[in-house]
Amino acid sequence: MRMSAMKLSATAALAVSALVLSGCAAGASDDDTPVSLRMTVWTSNEDQLALFDEIADAYIADHPEVESITFDPLDFESYTTTLTTQLAGGNPPDMAWVLENAAPDFVSSGALVPLDDTLEATKGYDLDDLSPSATELWTDADGKLAAYPFSTSPFVVFANDDLLAAAGQPTASQLQADGRWNWESISEVGSAVNANTGKAGFVVRDFDYTQWDYLSTVWGGWGAAPWSEDGTTCTMDSPEMVDAFTFLHDAAFTAKSMPGPGTAADFFAGEAAFTVTQISRASLLGESGIQNWELAPLPEGPDGDYSIVGQAGVGALAQAEHPEQSAEFIAYFTNPENSAKLAQYFPPARTSQLDAGTLSAANPVLTEEQLGDIVVPAIEDGQVRPSHTGSAEIQQEVRSALDALWVADADVEGTLGDVCAAIDPLLEQ
Amino acid sequence: MTDTLERETATAGRTGRTGRSGRAADRSAARVTRRRRRSLSGNDNLVGYLFVAPQVLGIVAFVLLPLVLIFYYSFHEWNVLANTFRFVGTENVERLFSDPKVAPVLGATGIFSVGLVIGNLSIALLLAVMLNRKARAITLFRTLFFSPVVVSLVAWTIVWGFLLQNDGGINGLLQLVGVEGPNWLREGPTAMLSVIVVQVFKNVGLNMILFLSALQGVPKEITEAAAIDGAGPFRTFGRITLPLISPMILLTTIITIVGSLQVFAQIAVLTQGGPGISTTVLVYYLFQQAFEFHRFGYGSTLALVLFVIVLILTVVQWQLRKRWVHYEN
Repeated sequence: MRMSAMKLSATAALAVSALVLSGCAAGASDDDTPVSLRMTVWTSNEDQLALFDEIADAYIADHPEVESITFDPLDFESYTTTLTTQLAGGNPPDMAWVLENAAPDFVSSGALVPLDDTLEATKGYDLDDLSPSATELWTDADGKLAAYPFSTSPFVVFANDDLLAAAGQPTASQLQADGRWNWESISEVGSAVNANTGKAGFVVRDFDYTQWDYLSTVWGGWGAAPWSEDGTTCTMDSPEMVDAFTFLHDAAFTAKSMPGPGTAADFFAGEAAFTVTQISRASLLGESGIQNWELAPLPEGPDGDYSIVGQAGVGALAQAEHPEQSAEFIAYFTNPENSAKLAQYFPPARTSQLDAGTLSAANPVLTEEQLGDIVVPAIEDGQVRPSHTGSAEIQQEVRSALDALWVADADVEGTLGDVCAAIDPLLEQ
Repeated sequence: MTDTLERETATAGRTGRTGRSGRAADRSAARVTRRRRRSLSGNDNLVGYLFVAPQVLGIVAFVLLPLVLIFYYSFHEWNVLANTFRFVGTENVERLFSDPKVAPVLGATGIFSVGLVIGNLSIALLLAVMLNRKARAITLFRTLFFSPVVVSLVAWTIVWGFLLQNDGGINGLLQLVGVEGPNWLREGPTAMLSVIVVQVFKNVGLNMILFLSALQGVPKEITEAAAIDGAGPFRTFGRITLPLISPMILLTTIITIVGSLQVFAQIAVLTQGGPGISTTVLVYYLFQQAFEFHRFGYGSTLALVLFVIVLILTVVQWQLRKRWVHYEN
């Protein structure tokens, strides 16, 4: 028994020592030791990940100081939360994709290392090729580029001509030819589609009565914005915004041209006549079963034409172990050659690549005409989706206050006033 | 091993050593015996400690250490993005008392807990009584009611989310009988009711099995004696069975209350705390503050509030058991 106890104690002591020593060994790093890099992404598309791996393999082949580069897909819905949890847990990725609505927090906090010097020092990078409108959101107070906007994806309208024909309604191109490509007509046609087929009229994809900032693709037509340009004053209760939300409320509860709260309708499953979504969703058309579809710009609103873009940036985390090597890989990942490769999934921010020819070579689903007439102008002129520091809390406060609007007998103006009352203190911070 | 020592001592006694030298030898043998016993006792303890070490380490790492840390964090403000960590004293506690959302959040937590405890325990007891008999296919019914317990919580909740949509299965069924159902997850009262019902059906099988085991432990002679004395089934159940299974009722009540205060996945999947903040319970609120709004200090303060509430409720129930729990071992 005594021996057994001694053996057990010795084994335990050895195990603990081994763990401690192995921990020390893992923590020790030699400057010459090749490093492993990790980039968090929100795509799990196998083709996209294969392209990233291909770029990474080519980089590793020429850079012996980097042993491996892994792309770590995280769930899109909880992406930013998961990323910050990794930071809090002391396990930051070396590089991360950042959504536009989280950009102000990441850029202003210093969480990302400035990339300018590395990008400028990279041979053939041509940093000036990036359009200033694309980099604005990702530039910190000192004018330094904190992340590279690898995707500038415009919001467009896809129309299901099969469903429109079945409902006896004009197609998107007919509406455009008649000069009726506006929200009022879309709602009229959508209402008729719903009445005649039971399917949905138009769907603002990903809004789902919670992600209200996707409605910027609608209220842009009324010239509305959620807050002032300096971000300190709420304008959710402005007359333009009240008109835009009155339109949306009527569409959901009176005209029934838009599915109401709690009603699911997926355009790419043939359940809606129109959808507002990012151009990158064109990849879903192949599997949708829709034979005849059209691509159109966002419809005109009372304030005229407008376009909205969604952005995503990639940056190197300051808290990670290898920010220098990460910045160098980002410079390679986004150089002109790789940017052209990535363009098949992510519309580039490089002005030299913003032409229908380059984009159509990478986008087999869309024609050169569609890209030249709709996508390129939308990227060039588009306003970025709303973003603000403390965006998660603002997002939550607005969602919570807007819930009162999504009932049949809502007081639109009063509810929007309540929204401002809820977020004004946050905007002032 | 101890027996061997006792035999050695006895043998020394039997050798007939008497007088001073004999007594000295006895004392010496006794000292050796005590030392050996102490040594063996120490070895036994060490082995025991090694066996419980994994469990103790787990509790220390995942319960005690986090408790100490959230207490520490609650006096700090931790900006994860900027990587700053500064002492703010009682600022987070002051924020707790001035936060206008805390009262409605505690209210929602209370409504959820009361609804869940009443719904879960009453249905579980009813099912247990109904299934506490010998009948054909009774095992099938027991399995049927228990099966949601082993289903993945998130999968269960997602399926219910589809059923509870405005154009989902529940309203489809109601339409068949000419009733227009509400938009379950989008209207305040029905949203909370929906979350409670989803959770009740998820875990009612566990309490049902616990009640069933308690009911099967009630001696038949006692209920038969009551019947002979003229007590009807309801009186027998109220006066005989319930008091006999009261220790199990205490256990299930504590488990269910503590579980109800920890609800998170159902809220995150079904309502995200809405509409408004009508279904924002304390755990979901602290998750928002810590992980979405990056206020880890304030989130830790809210976690401490949750800990204190659970502690108080458990202590109160434990004390109250003296009044209503009978036949406790």
